[in-house]
Amino acid sequence: MKVRAQFAFVFNLDKCIGCHTCSVTCKNVWTNRKGVEYAWFNNVESKPGVGYPKQWENQDIWHGGWELKNGKLELKSGSRTNKLLNIFANPDMPEIDDYYEPFTYNYAHLQNAPLSEATPTARPISQITGKSMEKITWGPNWEDDLAGEFHKRSKDKNMDNIQKEMYGQFENTFHMYLPRICNHCLNASCVAACPSGSIYKREEDGIVLVDQDKCRGWRMCISSCPYKKVFYNWESGKAEKCIGCYPRVESGMPTVCSESCVGRIRYNGIMLYDADRIEEFASMEDTQDLYEAQRSIFLDPNDPEVIKAARLEGINDDWLEAARNSPIWKMVMDWKIAFPIHPEFRTLPMVWYVPPLSPVQSQIDQGNLPVGPDGAIPVAGAMRLPVQYLANLLTAGKTEPVESALNKLIAMRSYQRSIHVEGKIDTRAIDAAGITEDQAKEMYRYLAIANYEDRFVIPTGHTEETLDDSFGFQGQNGFNFGNDSSHGVSKITLFPRRRKDTVEPKEPAPSSNNS
Amino acid sequence: MNLHYFIYGVYPYIALSVFLLGSLQRFDREQYTWKSDSSQLLSKANMRLGSNLFHIGILAIFAGHAVGLLTPHWVFAGLGVSDMAHQMVAIWAGTVFGAMCLIGGLILWVRRMFNARVSAASRGSDKFILTWLLITLMLGLSTIPVSIGHANHGNPSVMIALADWVQSIVYLHPNPALLDGVDTVFKIHLFFGMTVFLVFPFTRMVHVWSAPLGYVNRPYQIVRSKRKL
Repeated sequence: MKVRAQFAFVFNLDKCIGCHTCSVTCKNVWTNRKGVEYAWFNNVESKPGVGYPKQWENQDIWHGGWELKNGKLELKSGSRTNKLLNIFANPDMPEIDDYYEPFTYNYAHLQNAPLSEATPTARPISQITGKSMEKITWGPNWEDDLAGEFHKRSKDKNMDNIQKEMYGQFENTFHMYLPRICNHCLNASCVAACPSGSIYKREEDGIVLVDQDKCRGWRMCISSCPYKKVFYNWESGKAEKCIGCYPRVESGMPTVCSESCVGRIRYNGIMLYDADRIEEFASMEDTQDLYEAQRSIFLDPNDPEVIKAARLEGINDDWLEAARNSPIWKMVMDWKIAFPIHPEFRTLPMVWYVPPLSPVQSQIDQGNLPVGPDGAIPVAGAMRLPVQYLANLLTAGKTEPVESALNKLIAMRSYQRSIHVEGKIDTRAIDAAGITEDQAKEMYRYLAIANYEDRFVIPTGHTEETLDDSFGFQGQNGFNFGNDSSHGVSKITLFPRRRKDTVEPKEPAPSSNNS
Repeated sequence: MNLHYFIYGVYPYIALSVFLLGSLQRFDREQYTWKSDSSQLLSKANMRLGSNLFHIGILAIFAGHAVGLLTPHWVFAGLGVSDMAHQMVAIWAGTVFGAMCLIGGLILWVRRMFNARVSAASRGSDKFILTWLLITLMLGLSTIPVSIGHANHGNPSVMIALADWVQSIVYLHPNPALLDGVDTVFKIHLFFGMTVFLVFPFTRMVHVWSAPLGYVNRPYQIVRSKRKL
């Protein structure tokens, strides 16, 4: 047993309102630079839809993630030798149009335009070429709130094995939001695919990073990540990805996307796992066993054996304490209401999702839906979202665990309704769903109230242990020599100069005080 | 010292010194800029054909030059490779791989110059080095008819003179006089070729140093620790 700690996430989709605050805060902090205008380390998709980049879930196109070849785990895109043979032109590489061509607008024209009959317009400008664009045909969230035709959106890979025609009808349509970041996988395929060995997982917290100095731009990670969460910076020529906001996490703060989440849907916490068994659990014969397999790789932080082994690995007691209080553990292990996204990619992702409920209020009011014992809240199978769709997203198509989770979430509501509306405790629903009153109360506290200190249980990074002299390091962090934050003063350099400015309209707006 | 002596007796050392020391300096100080600088994200069209033809062609040509010019004459003699056989191999391999490299290079050049996105994202050095390599390549290809002419007369002396000159540079007793009987087109090709080494550290060419051959034997997963072991 080799105990490792992993900084992990749960996103409670039931409460995601699709406001994109996570995406915008992330973009403003990490990717508002030249070369990554198109990259969203965090994005929120409307589902069903083909997503960002288009069809990212369809590995028949991108060959991302892992597969079993003769019982052995192998990158779906091919062996190492195969990678080197394709290094001059990666056949699975997405193109910028699979994401979208980044754009800004010539805003100044709105103020500078001469008097005319028609209202002046701000025309779009490509942030790659700097030229004006005729028409914007795709964007980072083009399918927002089910925009566009159903037959295009229904190319969504999760619609496989679903009789999708009926969901094209207005009465039967369904919708959910899917916020996505890097999954900081236990068996990351981007790490495995990198010919330079520049991508690595951090021993201490499992955050996956790209060594920017070591990356040579061979771009195998871009296609091998099945979630398409490694991006190619076309200006720097390096791979960039979600860094799990590690400078914040090391200080005990949640990631920017989690902190800013309006719906309080994001949970950050520590999970312990057995690093010796990664390959074994990622190699399950049946993809539908991968969800349970990944659950069994996690180690119980209350188990004395685990505690002993963790201390031997140098894991601090405050980390073990955080693991015992982990909101992730409660939802993944105790309540079994959270699931890994697309476990069939065999990457053992570490962002887990609580599936959304989707009751049809008007149908309930009219008494048209089968309801639970309380006569008020409908059963899981009567939800708008087909359980099979959620299962295709979260459990490689196995419906039972998802249905069980939905039943627990409904039962918790039914129980709370009996207390707050009826004024009389009714445990029939939670009994049927297999949770206790205490669990129902705790689930209510974590899912409905979702206090800050319950959502975020993050131990600090113990920099004092990794530095020879932490006092000597004081004042060094964040201070650069050279001209990193300015354009610098030297006009001549032999090596390529960094170009930092993104394309913005050249035309200046009039100053505010000219009369 | 005349210009001929400077270009074929001194310039090779300037080019090689800048090539080696410049590469070292850039790797040491500017590793963030050390990259293949792929533009495949911006335009995929024809990349598989163009890039593969170009790279396979140019690597084969480089290997052919290295083996053909740096191997001492007595080794070929010892292996029983006659001068004429050597020359015919050089002509044929040069034609095949040169043509591959030229076709691929032209595809890439058109893309680099005229694809709006690729062109806008390119640096001056990207356009310069591709153009310079193509000119060098075309000069190299235009030596082939001359070589065929020599071969038809059973005369390997030019090839041997060129190899001897390269080896005189490597053995640090430069002898530009060896090139006196060599056709002009070879000499121009030599100058362009040496200049590639001179500008190498200041362009994207540095990615050649980083061919990731070690990947074949690497374990898939990489974990780094900050803790002191």
